[in-house]
Amino acid sequence: MPLSGDDRPDPDALLRQAAQEGRGRLKIFLGAAPGVGKTYEMLSEGAARRRDGVDVVVAVVETHGRAETEALVRGHEVLPRRDVPYEGRTLHEMDLDAVLARAPRLALVDELAHTNAPGSRHPKRFQDVEELLAAGIDVYSTINIQHVESLNDVVASFTRVRVRETVPDRILEMAEVEVVDIPPDELIERLKAGKVYLPHEATRALNHFFSKSNLSALRELALRRAAQAVDAQMLEHVRAIGVGGTWAGSERIVVAVSELPGADGLVRAAKRLSDALKAPWTALFIETPRTGQFTDAQHARIAATMSLATQLGGAIATVPASSALEGIQAFVADARATQLVVGKSKRSRWFELRYGSVVDRLVRGTPGVTVHVLPVEEVPGPGGSEATQAGRTRGRGWGSPVGYGLTLLGVAAVTALASTLFHVLNLGNVALLYLLPVMAAASLYGLRTGLFAGLASSLCYNFFFLPPTGTLTVNNPENIVSVFVLLGVAVATSQLTARVRAQADIAAASARTNATLAGFLHQLSGVSEAAEAARVICNDVGRLFDVQAVLLAPSSGGGLGVLAATDPDYRLDTMDLAAANWAFDTGGAAGKGSGTLAASEWLFQPLKSGAGTLAVLGLARENGSEPVRADQLPLLTSLVNQAALVIERLRLQAEIRDVDAVRTRDRLRAALLSSVSHDLRTPLTAVLAAADALDHGATPELIGTIKSEASRLNRFVANLLDMTRVEAGALKLSVEAVDLSDAVAGAAHDARRALEGHPVRLDVPPDLPLVRADPQLLHHCLLNLLDNAGRYGDPGTEIVIEGRHRYGQLRLAVLDHGPGLPPGRETEVFETFRRLEGSDRAAGGTGLGLAIVKAFAEAMGLGVEAGNREDGSGAAFAILFPPSLIVRDVAQESIS
Amino acid sequence: MAARILIVDDEVAIRRLLRNTLERAGYAVAEAMNGREALVQASAHEPDAILLDLGLPDRDGLTLIPMLRKQANGVILVVSAREATEEKVAALDLGADDYVTKPFDTDELLARLRVALRHHGGSGVTPKLVRRGDITIDLDRRLVCRAGRELHLTRKEHDVLAVLARHIGRVVTHERIIAAAWSGEEDPRVEYLRIVIRNLRQKLEAPGPVGSVIANELGVGYRLRSDS
Repeated sequence: MPLSGDDRPDPDALLRQAAQEGRGRLKIFLGAAPGVGKTYEMLSEGAARRRDGVDVVVAVVETHGRAETEALVRGHEVLPRRDVPYEGRTLHEMDLDAVLARAPRLALVDELAHTNAPGSRHPKRFQDVEELLAAGIDVYSTINIQHVESLNDVVASFTRVRVRETVPDRILEMAEVEVVDIPPDELIERLKAGKVYLPHEATRALNHFFSKSNLSALRELALRRAAQAVDAQMLEHVRAIGVGGTWAGSERIVVAVSELPGADGLVRAAKRLSDALKAPWTALFIETPRTGQFTDAQHARIAATMSLATQLGGAIATVPASSALEGIQAFVADARATQLVVGKSKRSRWFELRYGSVVDRLVRGTPGVTVHVLPVEEVPGPGGSEATQAGRTRGRGWGSPVGYGLTLLGVAAVTALASTLFHVLNLGNVALLYLLPVMAAASLYGLRTGLFAGLASSLCYNFFFLPPTGTLTVNNPENIVSVFVLLGVAVATSQLTARVRAQADIAAASARTNATLAGFLHQLSGVSEAAEAARVICNDVGRLFDVQAVLLAPSSGGGLGVLAATDPDYRLDTMDLAAANWAFDTGGAAGKGSGTLAASEWLFQPLKSGAGTLAVLGLARENGSEPVRADQLPLLTSLVNQAALVIERLRLQAEIRDVDAVRTRDRLRAALLSSVSHDLRTPLTAVLAAADALDHGATPELIGTIKSEASRLNRFVANLLDMTRVEAGALKLSVEAVDLSDAVAGAAHDARRALEGHPVRLDVPPDLPLVRADPQLLHHCLLNLLDNAGRYGDPGTEIVIEGRHRYGQLRLAVLDHGPGLPPGRETEVFETFRRLEGSDRAAGGTGLGLAIVKAFAEAMGLGVEAGNREDGSGAAFAILFPPSLIVRDVAQESIS
Repeated sequence: MAARILIVDDEVAIRRLLRNTLERAGYAVAEAMNGREALVQASAHEPDAILLDLGLPDRDGLTLIPMLRKQANGVILVVSAREATEEKVAALDLGADDYVTKPFDTDELLARLRVALRHHGGSGVTPKLVRRGDITIDLDRRLVCRAGRELHLTRKEHDVLAVLARHIGRVVTHERIIAAAWSGEEDPRVEYLRIVIRNLRQKLEAPGPVGSVIANELGVGYRLRSDS
């Protein structure tokens, strides 16, 4: 179902394509099984490219002694291998640095899924290949279908062989995939003819692998996977160029993962489903009260499963809830998921009878969602005994000796109490009294101590109170019930308490997480500068995880530079910087505790946004241990994601500010050009014309024109200079005490030409207090106000300058008689190059004067006002001096 | 004999304009188009007055003022497009007698020049009696009369008026007035001066317009206007 009909290119897709440019291209020769001739095919094609003049080298190829292959290799330039001694043997690994240094156009790298010898730069060869690609080197490589990450389970399910060396699907997705295919019969022939190399020790197991049915299935998988890769690339292309490609966008997949081994199978299944549906998917983990009791191994497995999901291109989410069922239902509803993938563990019939099938309830509780239920098989592996270990810790241990001691005291006290009150109590009530220590022990110290209390109580009850007293025999069967009731109460109470306590724990933990996140966001929300955000991020992460933190981002000089650090004496050596660069370039974690460059002391997490990696956050611990525990990873991921969002927001804001500033500048520039050409040329024309006319004899009128036009020109140039000073931020204030009567008289004198034809009345009381202002700027303000009044006042009418001291504030107003200002738009006159309607150009305004008045007044801390006179007879412009700028009375002795 | 005026300006149009104006007013005129020429001309002609532009091609006119002061005995009038108050104050402090900003009013320029020359003529000896319109200021006896009637001035008013009267027609910077009238006092301030000037104006100008007797030079100082 198409989401929308618009053909706009998807910016993300374009960005990804752009990122591809400059990188090398990867071609993968995909085979269904060993022996189909991938290496041969790769070498042949490499040879063909070399004949075309391409610079081809063999970086690593295993010939396994086959003559045809060896012959092909001999035609190529073969780079020497790196010898790595390992457990008494010598391994010959690809020399990544040699290939990078040789920098061929095309490198041939056999066996993409190969695991490098310990101590290599990357654990996996496909990571080496990624580095080659990043360096702009094209790579040809080979892989068998069972090594593809998302197909690993499927292949294992029918071949009974599980390979540990896998390659993430994203590698295949960015590659051109060529299937090297021969029919199964022919392959079996080749196998029998000994043309297929097999590791000696594995021969027998692999014979089963090479059954015809297996080979057919593998072949189908390979062909399908290749078709899928083509599909994905096609889709990416279609999205990039905006051809109205169809979106299966309405589908959303959620896969619920658990701590059990085999959860990674669920994640891979979800990935396959997502590929088929072209739908986004999320791996979901529900934190329940049980989560708190997980072993470290279980925490690590969840983190690994989540990180697998990230590697496979899925989103991840961790949600707290009181039960997995509730959490899944809520999340599925919130995320409007359409497909849900869950695993079904093998539980006993008894369990299902008692609790009902979780899956049944899930299906019923999530209407409209397709639920895929996959069996979770426990794959026996090195961690096979973990479940039982976990089971042991779940029982809350044996409880403390203090608990037992206090319980005994409690039981003894009740016994003493009951014996003193025995004559007023009957037997049943004595039993009730014994409930007290049982409940107390169970709720305070857990199940075992509770049971101990129950046992002790029933023994005491039996011994001291049940006839025959003084013995442990019971002659009344009724009393046996009492003993069991005491024990039952102990069990029930302790379980209830334990559950309540666990729920409280998880609620507190989740509240802590939320509070942490909220506090982090709150800190960041007030930040408006990228540098400050970087500081806050470092400090918060450092504080929360008790680690050293640094934030690195691309610097102007190229390469990563440190934006902020918790400890100013941070040390980043070459290895650390390599890890940081790796994290930035690939968008994956690097350094200590990650799969890449783990020798670094630091763990680097990339801060990613839609537009790519923005920055890298580095964490390190003083003592050199792993900076972040596995169970803290989800919190760190959330923080890093939020930090990335904030940094991106700030970056976008800065960009918008820049764009706005440019736009305003452009608008001003355009207005300035039109204003300058009009306002400079008009007086110049008048002056030139009058000067020409002078040849025929000077008249006072002509001379007057020259003078007034020239002074108008002078005023305009002064305004342009003033405005330039304002815009350049070069206003230098030199504030001193100013006598307004003086200032007004000076301004009226200097503006006399503009005020020609208007009687001017100065109404400034001589006892007005002095004000603090820059006399020059104030003078220019007054000149412009007078100029404005002279221009817009009706000819011959009076212009008044009025100073008033009222309510602690001083108001200096220029009043004219004229059309006034359009109501409601008074303040617009202060905008640069603004002339309101009704004030045509003939009036000669530049639109600069009042903007300068406002800018200068504000620079001096003064207010401006524009409006009409109270009687509506004209406009009134005022400058307001706040009380803080009014000079208090001067001491008499200073002036007498 | 006509007073000799040296015009120092790099703009030929300005020099021509000034020469016309000055010659029409009866002065003898010499010209220099840069600092070097100005120094040569000043020592050769011993001008009575130098009209000095600050924006010269070879050096800043401000640096020229003390050199010209040493070489020639004439008055120095700065004629410049620079209108920053610091520049004006600096020019006056360096020894210029007055400051006129471009574009100038030629009548105003001539009036300033006249005042400067007249003052210069009696240099060294300060007149005892300064007259200005109907105001007479007796500097020795500290007496100020207006229309024949003695005015009552406070001590500060008298000190301020005396400084202005000694330099009648020329601008006196705030610092100089304050130094003269508030010498030795703690924390003298421009606001005291403003109030004193305001009071003086009440006594000397009213009911005429503000500034008709004591003119304000924005941010620089005050000038007691001379007749003419």
